Amino acid sequence: MFAYYLELAIRSLKRSPGLTVLMVLAIGFGVAASMTTWSVFRAVSGDPIPWKSSKLFVPQIDSWGPNGRGADGEPPNAMDYNDAMNLMRDHRARLQSAMYQISPSVVPSDASKHPLNIGGHAVFSEFFPMLDVPFLYGSGWSAADDAHRAAVVVISSKLNQKLFGGADSVGRTVNVEGKDYRVVGVLNDWNPQPRYFDVVNSGGFSTGIEDIFLPFTRAIAVDMTNNGNTNCNAVPAESGFVGLQHSNCVWIAYMAELDDAAAVTAYRQYLDGYAREQQQSGRFNWPPNNRLRDVPAWLDSQHVVPSDTRVSLLVAIGLLLACLVNTAGLLLAKFLRRSGEIGVRRALGAPRQAIYAQFLIEAGMVGLAGGVLGLLLTGVGVASVSWVLPRDIAALARLDVPLLLLTLLVAVVSTTLAGLYPTFRASRVQPAWQLKSN
Amino acid sequence: MTLHPILAALRKHKAGVVLIALQIALTLAIVCNAVFIIGQRVERVNRPTGLDESDLFLVSQQWVGAPSGDDPAGAEKLDVMQQEDLAALRNLPDVASVSPTNSIPLLNSSWTGSLSLKPGDKLAKGNPRTAYYFTDEQVFKTLGLRLVAGRAFTAADVQHSNDPRDRPVVIITQALADRFFPGESAVGKVIYSDGSSAPSTVIGVVARLQIPSAGGFGSDFVWNSTLVPVRLDGSYARYAVRAKPGRLDAAMREVTPALYKVNPMRVLDDDSIKSFTDIRARAYRADVGMAVLMGVICLILLCVTAAGIVGLTSFWVGQRHRQIGVRRALGARKIDILHYFQIENLLIAGIGVVVGVLLAVGLNLWLMTHYEMTRIPVAYVVTGVLAMLAIGQAAVFVPARRASNVSPVSATRAA
Repeated sequence: MFAYYLELAIRSLKRSPGLTVLMVLAIGFGVAASMTTWSVFRAVSGDPIPWKSSKLFVPQIDSWGPNGRGADGEPPNAMDYNDAMNLMRDHRARLQSAMYQISPSVVPSDASKHPLNIGGHAVFSEFFPMLDVPFLYGSGWSAADDAHRAAVVVISSKLNQKLFGGADSVGRTVNVEGKDYRVVGVLNDWNPQPRYFDVVNSGGFSTGIEDIFLPFTRAIAVDMTNNGNTNCNAVPAESGFVGLQHSNCVWIAYMAELDDAAAVTAYRQYLDGYAREQQQSGRFNWPPNNRLRDVPAWLDSQHVVPSDTRVSLLVAIGLLLACLVNTAGLLLAKFLRRSGEIGVRRALGAPRQAIYAQFLIEAGMVGLAGGVLGLLLTGVGVASVSWVLPRDIAALARLDVPLLLLTLLVAVVSTTLAGLYPTFRASRVQPAWQLKSN
Repeated sequence: MTLHPILAALRKHKAGVVLIALQIALTLAIVCNAVFIIGQRVERVNRPTGLDESDLFLVSQQWVGAPSGDDPAGAEKLDVMQQEDLAALRNLPDVASVSPTNSIPLLNSSWTGSLSLKPGDKLAKGNPRTAYYFTDEQVFKTLGLRLVAGRAFTAADVQHSNDPRDRPVVIITQALADRFFPGESAVGKVIYSDGSSAPSTVIGVVARLQIPSAGGFGSDFVWNSTLVPVRLDGSYARYAVRAKPGRLDAAMREVTPALYKVNPMRVLDDDSIKSFTDIRARAYRADVGMAVLMGVICLILLCVTAAGIVGLTSFWVGQRHRQIGVRRALGARKIDILHYFQIENLLIAGIGVVVGVLLAVGLNLWLMTHYEMTRIPVAYVVTGVLAMLAIGQAAVFVPARRASNVSPVSATRAA
């Protein structure tokens, strides 16, 4: 029966090619616009570390007080040096790291090459196990290296390629800002998007690669300045990088791993206790106003998904909806035109279900054809987002099998849904009346 | 012609009418908001920075192993290095003028603070925020700024420092001058920056100068720029360069070898030398992209809706072939039939746009509560309504013409 209805549907669609083409085009464009914007939305709203994101937390400490809070009462979204170091010293989470963005210059050993600038972070040793950072060679450094401000680095595979031709460079030296550092590890490809560990400085997404990591304590000791944002609610009393460390300007990102609910509760209490301690010592003269969010909540609170992406998706879904209403209208016209045919079928004993099956299959056929067109147009759309969207976001949108299947599915299901009402009307056709009037 | 027969006929096609009206409503709601978004983005992208943007480029470079600017000897050394660079760049054959600067409009890298009329005022709410440009006496020529009052900096005004807190003389934009000294000249007046108690005398007013931040962060102080005559001492330095007219590419090519010749221990890569055209394109890429995307969606939507009207009206014309014949046989003129379908469409589109206006305003309100969006001006909605009605009339014309050509004799034939 299915094959027969399929044949009927094809015959019917062929009978009015103009109307059929119109419906297919509408579905195709509607689905393609939605899927293209969806591919971008999916890329920017994804979980960068799904297996662990609910265990990674970003603490915020209100070091500025009521005058420094935003309209929503939020404390600063980064830490000052003082608080970050106190939290590191107390070491209350299983793993934790303060970090700041650096952009040192590296001098290649080959004298004919010019120095180059690279981006990275100054972090603590626990950064690597906490974020499950993959290593190609070697590993991160030890807690002892943190304590001794050791001159060690972890470099990206890209920088390793540039400096050492991709060889295992563990134990060799790199000249960073004129000083020698020993390579202890080379990362495997690692470029999480969004940059969840330092959203404040990356704005979420970054086209750059993290090329270098070195101990936080070392970076502070050699005055490696912060290359990220610095926010102050008062001018620092002293000048320079040391003045920044003594100020209450915020510029340090912080992340802690808390494995279960009990650990989270304990950490929350610790933070509040810490803030009360600061209140008692007179540094804060306001009650604790801390935050502790896991990675998904943190990304959400920092509005990592650009509002343009959301609005585009919304508008594209609106377009699909309008296209479906259009298709429903055309299907209604098309089905009711065949009232005579329906009347004959019904008079010959076809139950309403048969009429339903026949016409829904026809609607599904339109959806399938629209979906195939939509696939092509989605391909064109995803290929051209790099032309309209900012590079860091456009680079994330890609065409893959799930997206293609979803395109087809959305096209067929939505068109079938749009065909429900016209089919209902067709099934209500009175056989006697149709036979009489003809 | 009375509306009665049209209404009677529409009542027989309730579902079709509702679907077309709904489609018109959705289209109107989406197109109004999308066009409003386009309008906002185009306005943003087209606002002039206040610079003469042609023949202008920016060099960003970093010295390797430079002394720290935190101690006086290091700061002196850094200033000597910077002056050597400036001299080398100013000597290039295709360069007209060079100024050191910490940033440039649309670069999205800014040094911001706040200004007040009282000494020692905190950076509290109420004081206008400002972005600082630390630069030298050649900045007017280099950036092509227009001075509207007072005087420009002279070489004697220019200091060097790694942390300039005392700013004895400044030049502010007209926007800031109007904010602090409405109705009077700002020249010679005193302001205080960043809660300092050291006075800054305004020696000049520049017509217009945008801040470096092109995004939402600076949206409430876009024109509040302050020029300070200080060369910043740091391992990182930026130079704004004006090429001689039409010599931009040549001047940009000359920079790298010239600077390496002065001192090879520095970082200069592909990203270091950027024309202002590139800086502008990068700053507004997201806005242009959003406008293009909204434009494409509007175009698709309008085409689909117009085609839908053509399709459904054609169907109705086919269905009523015989009735049209009867009317023609009873004396209706061709124009009457044409008008019949046009008025019918006007009625349906009328219902559609009424619902559409409500949807458009609702969508706008929703976007306002969830995203940075302002209230949609009435002009956009009115234009949208008129456009929708016009598109409806245009779309209905072809099938209506076909209907008017139905021969009266078809009344006598069976359907």
